[in-house]
Amino acid sequence: MMREQNVRMVSRRGFLETMFSAGAMVLGVQILPEEAQGAVSWQPSVYLGFEPSGTVVIVAHRSEMGTGIRTALPMVLADELEADWKQVRIEQAIGDAKYGSQNTDGSCSIRDFYVAMRDAGASARLMLERAAAAKWNVPASECKAQSHQVVHAKSGQKAGFGELVALAAKQSVPAKSELVYKTPAEFRYVGKDVPVVDLDGLVTGSAVFGYDAKAPGMLYASIERSPVFGGQLKSYDDSETKKVKGVVATATIDPFKPPHGFQALGGVAVLAENSWAAMQGRKKLKVNWEPGPNASWESGALKQALLEAARKPQKVVRNVGNVEAEFARAAKTFEAEYYVPMLAHAAMEPPAAVAEFKNGKVTAWAPTQNPQAVQDAVSAALGIPKSDVICHVTLLGGGFGRKSKPDYVVEAALLSKQVGRPVKVIWSREEDIKFDYFHTVSAMYFKAATDAKGRPTAWLHRSVFPTIGSTFVAGATDAQDFELGMGLVDLPFDIPNHRAENGGVKNPVRIGWMRAVANIYHAFGIHSFVDELAHAAGRDRVEYLLDVIGSPRKIDLAAQGVKYWNNGQPLEKYPVDTGRLRRVIELAAEKSGWANKKSGQGRGWGIAAHRSFLTYVCAVVEVEVDAAGRVRIPRVDVAVDAGTIVHPDRVRAQFEGAAVFGASLALMGEITGAKGEVQQSNFHNYPVARIHEAPRMTHVHVVPSSELPAGVGEPGVPPIAPAIANAIFAATGKRIRELPVKRHKLA
Amino acid sequence: MIRLKVNGASRQFDGDPDMPLLWYLRDLLDLTGTKFSCGMGLCGACTVHVEGKAARACVTPMKSVSGKSVVTIEGLSKDGTHPLQLAWKQCAVAQCGYCQPGQIMQAAALLREKPKPTDAEIDSAMQGNICRCGTYQRIRQAIKMAAGVKA
Ligand code: FES
Ligand code: FES
Repeated sequence: MMREQNVRMVSRRGFLETMFSAGAMVLGVQILPEEAQGAVSWQPSVYLGFEPSGTVVIVAHRSEMGTGIRTALPMVLADELEADWKQVRIEQAIGDAKYGSQNTDGSCSIRDFYVAMRDAGASARLMLERAAAAKWNVPASECKAQSHQVVHAKSGQKAGFGELVALAAKQSVPAKSELVYKTPAEFRYVGKDVPVVDLDGLVTGSAVFGYDAKAPGMLYASIERSPVFGGQLKSYDDSETKKVKGVVATATIDPFKPPHGFQALGGVAVLAENSWAAMQGRKKLKVNWEPGPNASWESGALKQALLEAARKPQKVVRNVGNVEAEFARAAKTFEAEYYVPMLAHAAMEPPAAVAEFKNGKVTAWAPTQNPQAVQDAVSAALGIPKSDVICHVTLLGGGFGRKSKPDYVVEAALLSKQVGRPVKVIWSREEDIKFDYFHTVSAMYFKAATDAKGRPTAWLHRSVFPTIGSTFVAGATDAQDFELGMGLVDLPFDIPNHRAENGGVKNPVRIGWMRAVANIYHAFGIHSFVDELAHAAGRDRVEYLLDVIGSPRKIDLAAQGVKYWNNGQPLEKYPVDTGRLRRVIELAAEKSGWANKKSGQGRGWGIAAHRSFLTYVCAVVEVEVDAAGRVRIPRVDVAVDAGTIVHPDRVRAQFEGAAVFGASLALMGEITGAKGEVQQSNFHNYPVARIHEAPRMTHVHVVPSSELPAGVGEPGVPPIAPAIANAIFAATGKRIRELPVKRHKLA
Repeated sequence: MIRLKVNGASRQFDGDPDMPLLWYLRDLLDLTGTKFSCGMGLCGACTVHVEGKAARACVTPMKSVSGKSVVTIEGLSKDGTHPLQLAWKQCAVAQCGYCQPGQIMQAAALLREKPKPTDAEIDSAMQGNICRCGTYQRIRQAIKMAAGVKA
């Protein structure tokens, strides 16, 4: 199944390339979301339609979970079309492969669809200009679209888009080679802070999230699941449940068949007329589980197993020079181990979905990052064709990767089929935390040899972690290429002898990707260890980091025999460019006033820089550690090079938020297990940063760039934890090799 | 029978008196601006005003609001023009937005008591409201903007 995922990524790229290099293929497809049909008189693209009035309808096909993507991609299209934003309406797409990938994770919405949006806009603009030219009998080259109308300057004639729609629809679709794109100087919206389209609804409470979705006649379902992953239902007694006012029925959901993938976990559902009754009925349910083999999971024992594995040779995934020879020869060597625990996503909106099974078809409303995965998973679970699964996408109350796994939508569909009414499945916070697709636990071992100046001459990084692949292949332990490619095999340091190794261990819970994924632990290990080496050498951290990275260059990983994923992008388009990495380090150092900072006496500054999702990020973090050992973060400076930026304010917001997310996992995040059960349940024992604990002010410094667009949602996370740990060391002399920080006495 | 006022309108409720106000608002009145997130009074997503004071609707049983006046985000202003809502928009505070009705209601209760809050007062009033997207610095900025105090 993981292979299938990779295939999907490849085929997505292939799809886009054929679609847009052919140009014409994207145009002339006459489909919009159901609700838009009929109202639209011209649909030159799957992403674009015109109403007879001239109102432009733009389809947002990626999911909105707070990045502003529902605004940013349509902005690109509207801009290229010369549409007036006030006369644009946004429609959220249902799940449909015709849009290309809708899997809104991997920080790739702008990267993958920037060109598609421009093509759609430029094509329709040209057709409108040609329509006007034909109408006025003037050369098309003299007609120019300007703010929702076409103008012929010579004669002073003007026609609104609405007037031209019918004529434009008759124009032949231009080839891609005929398209003329606006220059950056001509952009009206791209690069500007256009208010997000949902702004009013978000401050008045009218915005509809998945938890808010309703269907007439629906029941609310609360589900009891095995506390141990993979446990089987032995028996249950619902006699007391049925006495609860408002409870209508109970129903069972079959356990998943390994590999679990995106299947429902299985369990006993209580269906009721309102949420409260469903929850009360759940409390009265008596359920017996056969916990099964995963009851042996103890996170403490797993941690030891991971650390021990990291001390032994593992599978070599990158090898340059000869580290062993250098370790034997060198005057000085250093070793360190790092550990990052399992983490839960804990988006503020727990999973929820409404589904209705009717006449052999399912209609779902869900806060999903991936409506096409909903189609796949529901179709597999119910044995109906994918085309008979209609998935409407609501707003998401946070996603962070959790909501690209649609198990909760499958539950709603299965239950609706059983009870013959629409069903809304509601997860509690406790269920969200206990039954997450967890960010995996990891242990790392580092060894370095250094020269007389303390610069590394050999570097060994061993990373051991249970793989996300186990979600798709039962019992899998070998890491996926994408996990290795998140900091382990792509480290851009200039060290002549360099080896990376990876080992796997089973982790008997569901594992999945969480905002920045394997970059989180890899960046933590790498930048903690660099900081230790810099300290041992008695050198300034910024100067040392730049020295270790070396001269500006593009690193040819293939020449080193490394199989590098690069987020599915060719290295020619998105090279590993140390020049860009150096620049963000220099920028963060400059903006934070690094050169004048003197750490010590409970106040310290730390730095870390990491390329992920094709974006270069450096964070400088200031911490204060008080006499009680409490850590506060007055200021963070983040320098970012993400290539071309569409919406500067939403980019800044993502990096502000990533600093908080990074602070949460660094300072307090930890999921543990005992007797196979997750021990955390809600925000009292799985805390996330609150207003007084989060970085007080994060300053985001974006490098102006016309390079290809790269990721924004995730790459802000990885440098935060190591920069915090390094700042704590600078402030207190205490080295944090294990997260979270709250486990350590700093006083 | 429990009688109460919700956003100025008189209401009656004859269901389970232990039902939290949250579910009454969301499931029965369709006022879904008040959010569920933790159900334990730990996150503030469900914050409403009861008799003008901030309350966590998820741990407020219906029987305790008998005869009281409840205001939700939908009733904070007629058309989204409460000074906090305007400031929230101007500062582009929201990311996913899920926590924001609760944040705004909490902030509104704060400003009613302390029209010119200090940083420390803002931190202490707002620390019950979690934002997983991490919009805290803009929340602080927007509260100060609405209060007309220097950022
Ligand atoms: S849902 Fe009420 S405080 Fe969290
Ligand atoms: S804006 Fe997403 S949780 Fe606050």
